[in-house]
Amino acid sequence: MHELPVTESILDIVLKNAKKNDVKKIVTIYLNVGELSDLEEEWMQKYFQYLSKGTLAETAQLSFIVDKNDLGKIQCPKCNEEKCTLKSGKEYYIKNMEVI
Amino acid sequence: MDEIRLIEVKEEIHADNKVVAEKLRDRMAAEKTFLLNLMSSPGAGKTTLILKTIETIKDDLRMGVIEADIDSIVDAEKVAAAGIEAIQLRTGGFCHLDASMVEKGLNGLDLSVLDMVIIENVGNLVCPAEFDTGAIKNVMILSVPEGDDKPLKYPLMFSVCDVLLVNKIDYLEASDFNMTALNERVLALNPDIKIFQTSSKTGQGIEDWAAWLREATTTFIR
Ligand SMILES: Nc1nc2c(ncn2[C@@H]2O[C@H](COP(=O)(O)OP(=O)(O)OP(=O)(O)O)[C@@H](O)[C@H]2O)c(=O)[nH]1
Ligand SMILES: [Mg+2]
Repeated sequence: MHELPVTESILDIVLKNAKKNDVKKIVTIYLNVGELSDLEEEWMQKYFQYLSKGTLAETAQLSFIVDKNDLGKIQCPKCNEEKCTLKSGKEYYIKNMEVI
Repeated sequence: MDEIRLIEVKEEIHADNKVVAEKLRDRMAAEKTFLLNLMSSPGAGKTTLILKTIETIKDDLRMGVIEADIDSIVDAEKVAAAGIEAIQLRTGGFCHLDASMVEKGLNGLDLSVLDMVIIENVGNLVCPAEFDTGAIKNVMILSVPEGDDKPLKYPLMFSVCDVLLVNKIDYLEASDFNMTALNERVLALNPDIKIFQTSSKTGQGIEDWAAWLREATTTFIR
Protein backbone atom coordinates (compact mmCIF):
# COMPACT_ATOMS: atom_id res chain seq x y z
CA MET A 1 0.00 0.00 0.00
CA HIS A 2 2.64 2.57 0.93
CA GLU A 3 5.60 0.94 -0.77
CA LEU A 4 6.90 4.32 -1.93
CA PRO A 5 7.49 5.99 1.45
CA VAL A 6 8.88 2.75 2.90
CA THR A 7 11.25 2.42 -0.04
CA GLU A 8 12.37 6.02 0.50
CA SER A 9 13.17 5.20 4.12
CA ILE A 10 15.17 2.15 3.07
CA LEU A 11 17.22 4.23 0.64
CA ASP A 12 17.89 6.91 3.28
CA ILE A 13 19.05 4.34 5.82
CA VAL A 14 21.34 2.39 3.47
CA LEU A 15 22.94 5.55 2.06
CA LYS A 16 23.58 6.83 5.58
CA ASN A 17 25.25 3.53 6.50
CA ALA A 18 27.20 3.45 3.24
CA LYS A 19 28.65 6.87 3.98
CA LYS A 20 29.71 5.82 7.49
CA ASN A 21 31.47 2.75 6.10
CA ASP A 22 33.23 4.29 3.11
CA VAL A 23 31.32 2.23 0.56
CA LYS A 24 31.73 2.52 -3.23
CA LYS A 25 28.70 0.58 -4.23
CA ILE A 26 25.80 -1.21 -2.58
CA VAL A 27 25.17 -4.66 -4.07
CA THR A 28 22.44 -6.34 -1.99
CA ILE A 29 20.24 -5.12 0.85
CA TYR A 30 18.82 -7.77 3.20
CA LEU A 31 15.48 -6.91 4.74
CA ASN A 32 13.70 -8.76 7.53
CA VAL A 33 10.00 -8.61 7.00
CA GLY A 34 7.21 -9.46 9.43
CA GLU A 35 4.98 -12.21 8.15
CA LEU A 36 1.92 -9.97 8.10
CA SER A 37 3.46 -7.21 6.05
CA ASP A 38 1.44 -6.50 2.94
CA LEU A 39 4.15 -4.63 1.08
CA GLU A 40 4.61 -5.83 -2.50
CA GLU A 41 8.22 -6.86 -3.02
CA GLU A 42 8.11 -6.46 -6.77
CA TRP A 43 6.89 -2.88 -6.52
CA MET A 44 9.44 -2.06 -3.87
CA GLN A 45 12.25 -3.20 -6.15
CA LYS A 46 10.83 -1.05 -8.96
CA TYR A 47 10.47 2.00 -6.73
CA PHE A 48 13.93 1.40 -5.36
CA GLN A 49 15.47 1.37 -8.82
CA TYR A 50 13.70 4.60 -9.61
CA LEU A 51 14.55 6.41 -6.37
CA SER A 52 18.17 5.30 -6.20
CA LYS A 53 19.21 6.54 -9.65
CA GLY A 54 22.51 8.39 -9.42
CA THR A 55 23.31 7.07 -5.92
CA LEU A 56 25.66 4.34 -4.61
CA ALA A 57 22.63 2.08 -4.36
CA GLU A 58 21.61 2.43 -7.99
CA THR A 59 21.94 -1.22 -8.99
CA ALA A 60 21.31 -2.77 -5.59
CA GLN A 61 18.99 -5.75 -5.17
CA LEU A 62 16.53 -5.93 -2.33
CA SER A 63 16.42 -9.32 -0.68
CA PHE A 64 13.44 -10.11 1.56
CA ILE A 65 13.67 -12.53 4.46
CA VAL A 66 10.25 -13.31 5.91
CA ASP A 67 10.31 -13.53 9.68
CA LYS A 68 8.21 -16.42 10.90
CA ASN A 69 9.13 -16.12 14.55
CA ASP A 70 6.51 -13.51 15.31
CA LEU A 71 3.00 -14.19 16.39
CA GLY A 72 2.45 -15.15 12.80
CA LYS A 73 -1.25 -15.38 12.29
CA ILE A 74 -3.82 -12.64 12.67
CA GLN A 75 -5.15 -14.54 15.63
CA CYS A 76 -2.51 -15.37 18.18
CA PRO A 77 -1.66 -19.07 17.68
CA LYS A 78 -0.76 -19.60 21.32
CA CYS A 79 -4.15 -19.01 22.82
CA ASN A 80 -6.69 -20.09 20.22
CA GLU A 81 -9.86 -19.27 22.08
CA GLU A 82 -8.49 -16.73 24.47
CA LYS A 83 -8.56 -13.03 23.80
CA CYS A 84 -5.28 -11.39 23.03
CA THR A 85 -3.80 -8.39 21.29
CA LEU A 86 -1.57 -8.70 18.26
CA LYS A 87 1.69 -6.94 18.92
CA SER A 88 3.95 -7.74 15.99
CA GLY A 89 4.10 -9.22 12.55
CA LYS A 90 4.07 -6.11 10.38
CA GLU A 91 7.58 -4.86 11.06
CA TYR A 92 10.30 -4.10 8.57
CA TYR A 93 13.96 -4.18 9.46
CA ILE A 94 17.13 -3.66 7.44
CA LYS A 95 19.42 -6.44 8.58
CA ASN A 96 22.62 -5.90 6.65
CA MET A 97 23.95 -5.21 3.18
CA GLU A 98 26.61 -6.44 0.80
CA VAL A 99 28.80 -3.63 -0.44
CA ILE A 100 31.97 -3.00 -2.39
CA MET B 1 38.24 -6.94 -8.52
CA ASP B 2 36.88 -5.31 -5.40
CA GLU B 3 35.77 -7.64 -2.68
CA ILE B 4 32.23 -7.68 -1.43
CA ARG B 5 31.90 -7.09 2.30
CA LEU B 6 28.93 -7.29 4.59
CA ILE B 7 27.87 -4.32 6.69
CA GLU B 8 25.51 -4.77 9.62
CA VAL B 9 22.76 -2.17 9.51
CA LYS B 10 20.14 -3.43 12.00
CA GLU B 11 17.78 -0.47 11.64
CA GLU B 12 14.05 -0.57 11.78
CA ILE B 13 12.22 1.16 8.99
CA HIS B 14 9.82 3.78 10.31
CA ALA B 15 12.18 4.09 13.26
CA ASP B 16 12.46 7.79 12.44
CA ASN B 17 8.72 8.20 12.63
CA LYS B 18 8.58 6.46 16.00
CA VAL B 19 11.22 8.82 17.37
CA VAL B 20 9.33 11.89 16.15
CA ALA B 21 6.07 10.47 17.54
CA GLU B 22 7.59 9.87 20.99
CA LYS B 23 8.99 13.39 21.05
CA LEU B 24 5.60 14.75 20.10
CA ARG B 25 3.96 12.88 22.98
CA ASP B 26 6.52 14.36 25.40
CA ARG B 27 5.81 17.80 24.00
CA MET B 28 2.04 17.36 24.41
CA ALA B 29 2.56 16.28 28.01
CA ALA B 30 4.69 19.35 28.68
CA GLU B 31 2.14 21.62 26.98
CA LYS B 32 -0.70 19.84 28.76
CA THR B 33 -2.59 19.37 25.50
CA PHE B 34 -4.32 16.08 24.72
CA LEU B 35 -3.86 14.78 21.16
CA LEU B 36 -6.41 12.48 19.55
CA ASN B 37 -6.02 10.72 16.20
CA LEU B 38 -9.36 10.04 14.50
CA MET B 39 -9.35 7.51 11.65
CA SER B 40 -11.94 5.90 9.36
CA SER B 41 -12.67 5.12 5.76
CA PRO B 42 -13.76 8.06 3.57
CA GLY B 43 -17.21 9.32 4.46
CA ALA B 44 -17.72 7.28 7.66
CA GLY B 45 -18.48 10.57 9.39
CA LYS B 46 -15.26 11.97 10.90
CA THR B 47 -15.89 15.65 10.17
CA THR B 48 -19.55 15.49 11.18
CA LEU B 49 -18.65 13.73 14.43
CA ILE B 50 -15.93 16.27 15.19
CA LEU B 51 -18.50 19.05 14.73
CA LYS B 52 -20.94 17.25 17.06
CA THR B 53 -18.18 16.72 19.62
CA ILE B 54 -17.22 20.40 19.46
CA GLU B 55 -20.83 21.35 20.10
CA THR B 56 -20.93 19.10 23.14
CA ILE B 57 -17.66 20.00 24.85
CA LYS B 58 -16.36 23.31 23.58
CA ASP B 59 -17.67 25.13 26.64
CA ASP B 60 -15.66 22.84 28.95
CA LEU B 61 -12.43 22.31 27.04
CA ARG B 62 -10.48 24.46 24.60
CA MET B 63 -10.19 22.55 21.33
CA GLY B 64 -8.25 22.73 18.09
CA VAL B 65 -8.49 20.54 15.00
CA ILE B 66 -5.99 19.37 12.40
CA GLU B 67 -7.65 18.27 9.19
CA ALA B 68 -5.74 16.07 6.77
CA ASP B 69 -6.89 15.46 3.25
CA ILE B 70 -5.16 14.52 0.07
CA ASP B 71 -6.50 17.78 -1.34
CA SER B 72 -9.11 20.49 -0.61
CA ILE B 73 -9.80 22.55 2.51
CA VAL B 74 -13.56 21.98 2.91
CA ASP B 75 -13.29 20.06 6.21
CA ALA B 76 -11.17 22.75 7.88
CA GLU B 77 -13.61 25.41 6.71
CA LYS B 78 -16.51 23.52 8.31
CA VAL B 79 -14.65 23.26 11.63
CA ALA B 80 -13.57 26.92 11.53
CA ALA B 81 -17.19 27.88 10.90
CA ALA B 82 -18.02 26.19 14.24
CA GLY B 83 -15.73 28.68 15.95
CA ILE B 84 -12.81 26.31 16.50
CA GLU B 85 -9.28 26.88 15.34
CA ALA B 86 -8.50 24.49 12.48
CA ILE B 87 -5.42 23.76 10.41
CA GLN B 88 -5.74 21.99 7.08
CA LEU B 89 -2.87 19.75 6.03
CA ARG B 90 -2.84 18.73 2.42
CA THR B 91 -1.02 15.44 2.16
CA GLY B 92 -0.58 15.77 -1.59
CA GLY B 93 -1.28 12.18 -2.51
CA PHE B 94 -0.05 10.59 0.71
CA CYS B 95 -2.53 8.06 2.03
CA HIS B 96 -1.80 8.70 5.72
CA LEU B 97 -0.37 11.18 8.21
CA ASP B 98 2.92 10.59 9.98
CA ALA B 99 4.26 12.24 13.11
CA SER B 100 6.29 14.91 11.33
CA MET B 101 3.25 16.01 9.33
CA VAL B 102 1.25 16.25 12.56
CA GLU B 103 4.10 18.24 14.10
CA LYS B 104 3.82 20.75 11.26
CA GLY B 105 0.10 21.07 11.88
CA LEU B 106 0.64 21.56 15.62
CA ASN B 107 3.17 24.30 14.94
CA GLY B 108 0.33 26.24 13.35
CA LEU B 109 -1.73 26.14 16.56
CA ASP B 110 -1.12 27.95 19.85
CA LEU B 111 -0.97 24.91 22.14
CA SER B 112 -0.63 27.00 25.28
CA VAL B 113 -4.31 27.95 25.01
CA LEU B 114 -5.59 24.50 23.97
CA ASP B 115 -6.60 21.51 26.15
CA MET B 116 -7.12 19.19 23.22
CA VAL B 117 -6.31 18.79 19.55
CA ILE B 118 -8.21 16.34 17.36
CA ILE B 119 -6.50 15.10 14.20
CA GLU B 120 -8.82 14.03 11.40
CA ASN B 121 -6.60 11.57 9.54
CA VAL B 122 -6.88 10.84 5.82
CA GLY B 123 -9.96 8.73 5.03
CA ASN B 124 -8.43 5.24 4.75
CA LEU B 125 -8.69 2.06 6.85
CA VAL B 126 -5.28 0.69 5.88
CA CYS B 127 -2.28 3.02 5.90
CA PRO B 128 -3.05 5.36 8.82
CA ALA B 129 -3.08 2.33 11.12
CA GLU B 130 0.60 1.72 10.42
CA PHE B 131 1.93 5.18 11.20
CA ASP B 132 2.22 6.51 14.74
CA THR B 133 1.08 10.14 14.63
CA GLY B 134 2.26 10.97 18.13
CA ALA B 135 -1.32 11.00 19.38
CA ILE B 136 -2.10 10.07 22.99
CA LYS B 137 -5.17 8.04 21.95
CA ASN B 138 -6.32 6.52 18.66
CA VAL B 139 -9.99 6.43 17.79
CA MET B 140 -11.66 4.95 14.73
CA ILE B 141 -15.11 5.21 13.23
CA LEU B 142 -16.85 2.35 11.48
CA SER B 143 -20.16 3.40 9.98
CA VAL B 144 -23.07 0.97 9.73
CA PRO B 145 -23.32 1.11 5.89
CA GLU B 146 -19.73 -0.20 5.64
CA GLY B 147 -20.76 -3.56 7.08
CA ASP B 148 -19.92 -5.69 10.14
CA ASP B 149 -17.17 -7.66 8.33
CA LYS B 150 -14.61 -4.85 8.33
CA PRO B 151 -12.59 -6.14 11.33
CA LEU B 152 -11.92 -9.26 9.28
CA LYS B 153 -10.63 -7.26 6.34
CA TYR B 154 -8.77 -4.46 8.10
CA PRO B 155 -7.62 -6.07 11.37
CA LEU B 156 -4.70 -3.74 12.02
CA MET B 157 -6.87 -0.63 12.26
CA PHE B 158 -9.10 -2.30 14.84
CA SER B 159 -6.02 -3.54 16.73
CA VAL B 160 -4.32 -0.16 17.15
CA CYS B 161 -7.33 1.86 18.34
CA ASP B 162 -8.34 2.64 21.92
CA VAL B 163 -11.91 3.45 20.95
CA LEU B 164 -14.27 2.31 18.20
CA LEU B 165 -17.25 4.48 17.34
CA VAL B 166 -19.89 2.50 15.45
CA ASN B 167 -21.46 5.45 13.70
CA LYS B 168 -24.58 6.11 11.62
CA ILE B 169 -26.60 3.77 13.83
CA ASP B 170 -29.68 5.57 12.52
CA TYR B 171 -29.19 3.26 9.50
CA LEU B 172 -29.32 0.07 11.60
CA GLU B 173 -32.96 -0.66 11.05
CA ALA B 174 -32.68 -0.57 7.28
CA SER B 175 -29.59 -2.80 7.22
CA ASP B 176 -28.44 -6.35 7.96
CA PHE B 177 -25.58 -5.07 10.13
CA ASN B 178 -25.03 -7.50 13.01
CA MET B 179 -23.82 -5.57 16.06
CA THR B 180 -23.17 -8.71 18.13
CA ALA B 181 -21.02 -10.23 15.40
CA LEU B 182 -19.16 -6.95 15.01
CA ASN B 183 -18.43 -6.67 18.72
CA GLU B 184 -17.16 -10.25 18.84
CA ARG B 185 -14.86 -9.72 15.87
CA VAL B 186 -13.48 -6.49 17.24
CA LEU B 187 -12.92 -7.80 20.77
CA ALA B 188 -11.14 -10.88 19.44
CA LEU B 189 -8.59 -8.55 17.83
CA ASN B 190 -8.46 -6.03 20.63
CA PRO B 191 -9.98 -6.97 24.00
CA ASP B 192 -9.17 -3.57 25.52
CA ILE B 193 -10.97 -1.46 22.95
CA LYS B 194 -13.90 0.67 24.12
CA ILE B 195 -16.91 0.56 21.79
CA PHE B 196 -19.56 3.29 21.52
CA GLN B 197 -22.56 3.39 19.21
CA THR B 198 -23.21 6.85 17.78
CA SER B 199 -25.28 8.79 15.30
CA SER B 200 -24.31 12.32 14.42
CA LYS B 201 -27.71 12.63 12.82
CA THR B 202 -29.89 11.83 15.84
CA GLY B 203 -27.27 12.67 18.47
CA GLN B 204 -27.60 9.18 19.96
CA GLY B 205 -24.51 8.06 21.88
CA ILE B 206 -22.67 11.36 21.42
CA GLU B 207 -22.93 12.20 25.13
CA ASP B 208 -21.29 8.89 26.15
CA TRP B 209 -18.48 9.35 23.67
CA ALA B 210 -17.99 12.97 24.74
CA ALA B 211 -17.83 11.85 28.37
CA TRP B 212 -15.03 9.41 27.53
CA LEU B 213 -13.15 12.13 25.66
CA ARG B 214 -13.59 14.64 28.45
CA GLU B 215 -12.33 12.11 30.99
CA ALA B 216 -9.33 11.07 28.85
CA THR B 217 -8.40 14.70 28.28
CA THR B 218 -8.71 15.87 31.87
CA THR B 219 -6.74 12.83 33.09
CA PHE B 220 -3.95 13.67 30.66
CA ILE B 221 -3.72 17.41 31.27
CA ARG B 222 -4.27 17.32 35.00
N1 LIG C 1 -27.41 9.25 8.54
C1 LIG C 1 -26.24 9.65 8.99
N2 LIG C 1 -25.40 10.32 8.18
C2 LIG C 1 -24.19 10.73 8.66
C3 LIG C 1 -23.79 10.46 10.01
N3 LIG C 1 -22.56 10.97 10.18
C4 LIG C 1 -22.19 11.52 9.01
N4 LIG C 1 -23.17 11.38 8.08
C5 LIG C 1 -23.15 11.83 6.68
O1 LIG C 1 -22.15 11.11 6.00
C6 LIG C 1 -21.52 11.92 5.00
C7 LIG C 1 -20.01 11.93 5.19
O2 LIG C 1 -19.72 12.52 6.44
P1 LIG C 1 -18.33 13.25 6.74
O3 LIG C 1 -18.40 13.70 8.16
O4 LIG C 1 -18.00 14.24 5.71
O5 LIG C 1 -17.34 12.01 6.62
P2 LIG C 1 -15.73 12.01 6.72
O6 LIG C 1 -15.37 10.74 7.38
O7 LIG C 1 -15.27 13.27 7.36
O8 LIG C 1 -15.32 11.98 5.19
P3 LIG C 1 -13.86 12.26 4.54
O9 LIG C 1 -13.26 13.42 5.28
O10 LIG C 1 -14.16 12.56 3.13
O11 LIG C 1 -13.08 10.99 4.71
C8 LIG C 1 -22.15 13.30 5.13
O12 LIG C 1 -23.16 13.42 4.17
C9 LIG C 1 -22.74 13.29 6.54
O13 LIG C 1 -23.85 14.14 6.67
C10 LIG C 1 -24.72 9.75 10.85
O14 LIG C 1 -24.46 9.46 12.02
N5 LIG C 1 -25.90 9.35 10.28
MG1 LIG D 1 -13.89 14.71 6.66
